[in-house]
Amino acid sequence: MRKLLATGALALAALASGAVAIAAGTEEHPPHKHWHFQGPFGTYDRGAAQRGYQVYHDVCAACHSLQLLAYRNLMELGLTENQVKDLIKDIVVPDLNDDGQPIERPARPSDRFKKPFPNEAAAAAANNGKAPPDLSVIVKARENGPDYIHGLLTGYVPYEKLTPEQIKAFSVTKDDNFNKYFPGHKIAMAPPLADDKVTYNDGTKATLDQEASDVVEFLAWASEPHMEDRKRTGVRVILFLIALAGFMYAVKRMVWADKH
Amino acid sequence: MASSSIPAGGHSDPTRRDFLMVATGALAGVGAAATAWPFINNLNPAADTLALSTIEVNVTPIQVGQAVTVKWRGKPVFIRHRTADEIKEAEAVPLSALPDPQTDNSRVTDTAKKVRPEWLIMIGVCTHLGCVPLGNKPGDPKGEFGGWFCPCHGSSYDTSGRIRKGPAPKNLVVPEYLFTTDSLVRIG
Amino acid sequence: MASSHGTPPVFNNKVIAWIDHRLPIFSYIEKEYHTFPTPRNFNYFWNFGAIATVMLVLMIATGVVLATNYTPHVLMAFDSVERIDRDVPQGWLIRDLHMNGASFFFIAVYVHIFRGMYYGSYKAPRELLWILGVVIFLLMMATAFMGYVLPWGQMSFWGATVITNLFSAIPVVGESIVTWLWGGFAVDNPTLNRFFALHYLLPFVIVAVVALHVVALHVHGSNNPTGIDPKGPQDTVPFHPYYTMKDGFGVVVFLIVYAGFVFFAPDYMGHPDNYIPANPLVTPAHIVPEWYFLPFYAILRAIPDKLGGVLAMFGAIAVLFILPWLDTSRVRSATFRPIYKWFMMVLVVDVVVLGFCGANPPEGFWVPLSQLATLYYFFHFLILLPILGKIERPLPLPPSIADSVLKKKAV
Repeated sequence: MRKLLATGALALAALASGAVAIAAGTEEHPPHKHWHFQGPFGTYDRGAAQRGYQVYHDVCAACHSLQLLAYRNLMELGLTENQVKDLIKDIVVPDLNDDGQPIERPARPSDRFKKPFPNEAAAAAANNGKAPPDLSVIVKARENGPDYIHGLLTGYVPYEKLTPEQIKAFSVTKDDNFNKYFPGHKIAMAPPLADDKVTYNDGTKATLDQEASDVVEFLAWASEPHMEDRKRTGVRVILFLIALAGFMYAVKRMVWADKH
Repeated sequence: MASSSIPAGGHSDPTRRDFLMVATGALAGVGAAATAWPFINNLNPAADTLALSTIEVNVTPIQVGQAVTVKWRGKPVFIRHRTADEIKEAEAVPLSALPDPQTDNSRVTDTAKKVRPEWLIMIGVCTHLGCVPLGNKPGDPKGEFGGWFCPCHGSSYDTSGRIRKGPAPKNLVVPEYLFTTDSLVRIG
Repeated sequence: MASSHGTPPVFNNKVIAWIDHRLPIFSYIEKEYHTFPTPRNFNYFWNFGAIATVMLVLMIATGVVLATNYTPHVLMAFDSVERIDRDVPQGWLIRDLHMNGASFFFIAVYVHIFRGMYYGSYKAPRELLWILGVVIFLLMMATAFMGYVLPWGQMSFWGATVITNLFSAIPVVGESIVTWLWGGFAVDNPTLNRFFALHYLLPFVIVAVVALHVVALHVHGSNNPTGIDPKGPQDTVPFHPYYTMKDGFGVVVFLIVYAGFVFFAPDYMGHPDNYIPANPLVTPAHIVPEWYFLPFYAILRAIPDKLGGVLAMFGAIAVLFILPWLDTSRVRSATFRPIYKWFMMVLVVDVVVLGFCGANPPEGFWVPLSQLATLYYFFHFLILLPILGKIERPLPLPPSIADSVLKKKAV
């Protein structure tokens, strides 16, 4: 049986390596960055994520909703209740009054993030027919999410810097936005970030790369706010199971001692 | 581990054997219990539900003599801006006349122990069988004690929301609330 | 431990004795799970039946709890799943267990099926046992497919669209059947609602068929790595504690791997597109089913004809039903079948190749490769097995299970 397993494993390994070789094709992949939240013990960098919220609020929120999040969730990023209330003091959200008439009232922490457009059709109409996607789970909704979004935000190439081959191959015009990492390269979103696009509260220098990294940290957190809890629980569960497996093995050996 | 009580060639020591069995069983039991918890905990109120367990209400727009109903934890909460007459009437009732004796003052005190007789805040659920009493809207019947009247089984409440007549056993419940400013009250 | 098989158990506890006299559940447990004579020579492949049972129970338990928080409506399904992930206390844990549990249930069952094929567990007198197993497998596929639709992401929606459209290949009534399946003219709210109802129902049907599977198993007892029948008490051990403890150990080891995925790579087996809410107007670039369907998906696409592809895909499973009669060999275990043993490994590689074909777009060399692999799959069952059984010269079988165990020990 050992031989049988070894043969199977060998066959699988050969196949897998073949498939990888095939997959490594022509597309340009966004560069890999090390993220604070990666790895079995990775956690969110609270400072970066809070700066990322600032980038989202000042820039992205003009077009992109974040509708699965509520303002109260920001407390999980390390803000106090009063800081959250302070952040949302100028935001008004639509509601109905007692008589069923639409009104606007000040946002509460329990409210979901305010959407920039009332519905998807309105969002599409305001953006040349293509509604900007909601960003709540965007990091999980893209292959290699963090690297891809970071690459996308920093991967714009101005028309003047394109090679004639690129212009020809993708029929790029002066009005198009060319992005190295977007599938098909022509993207409706104009370059959203640039150096000093935001002024960070904590005094960090707002370079393009810094802004993109921070907003990815924030969006990664938004996609999976419980990730740290998940990993912590996982370490405990696996240690427990390994211990239990050891005990079970000892019991099994003992029970079988007279049969071997 | 050789033991004198076990013949040569036999299996391990019975003490060791029992210990191993008991330890493994205990460990598996702990694991099963720890696994059961998330399944039970899953049915507890979720974070979005809990976020709505405290609400803040701005009472400035409520005129003297008016009342509003707000929804809190899935139930109506009555906020009444009482007139001087209503307050006087409520304070004048002797405790002996009440099925559930409570002073009016104790029913208009917030969690910071500040008494505001003009604001009566109560959960609008009849203590009989859970109907919502009438009396909050201008045209509603208020019952013979000028407070609230439950249409289901005829319980009448006074201007302090105390039960005066009918099958309900208790006064309308006053939730925990706190006036964070003179115009803003946090319920829950 | 009871060493004498067959004598009715005596219960010292009065309550147990009272109940058992009227409803013999304790006698049943004693007979079928305690003293039940089981071949003494199982290897670890025999753990996977117990592992699959544990996964089935875990899937039902997590599923019921998830259903208490899930909303089967096109406007709310996606958000309700996210709410389970974000707001429900430990909801993320239950969801990750369920999501990855499906994959690990299939892993356990695939290993279990492989075990059955390699050691000839489907051969007389266990044909019905095997057929019930294939029925369970089919029910699992239906359940898993409908479960994947429930989060109402892009892959949910388009997977449902593509798979239900398979039925439109049926001549004349195909279109009507698809409309009936959908409860409308596209995959929409009625479809989601009925898939939820069926996804909740089918696991309990699986439990019922598993019960029959076990009843059938206990008529003639388990097969074993030698494939020869036990000839007396020296060939068997009581099920408890020998196999309860061994299965327990196997289950815990399996759970370690499972927990690794649940806690450290919960989305590894899923597709990122399923975090995009379903959009009936935009099809994702590549629609791929969950990994456990990939070989069958590859067979579907290998045939350049709509009806032919559908027939081939269903045929790939249907052929398993008649496997006991396709294999003409009188020897059960591949251990003693020098040629079949290698063809069995080739079949495994073939199915893995089909899996890779299913995962990749049907372009370039993937097309002929998937056609070749599909051809081989059917060749194995329909041509190779009947002929091989006749011409292969099996190795000499050991006189008894006990002999084979002792010989191994001596080596």
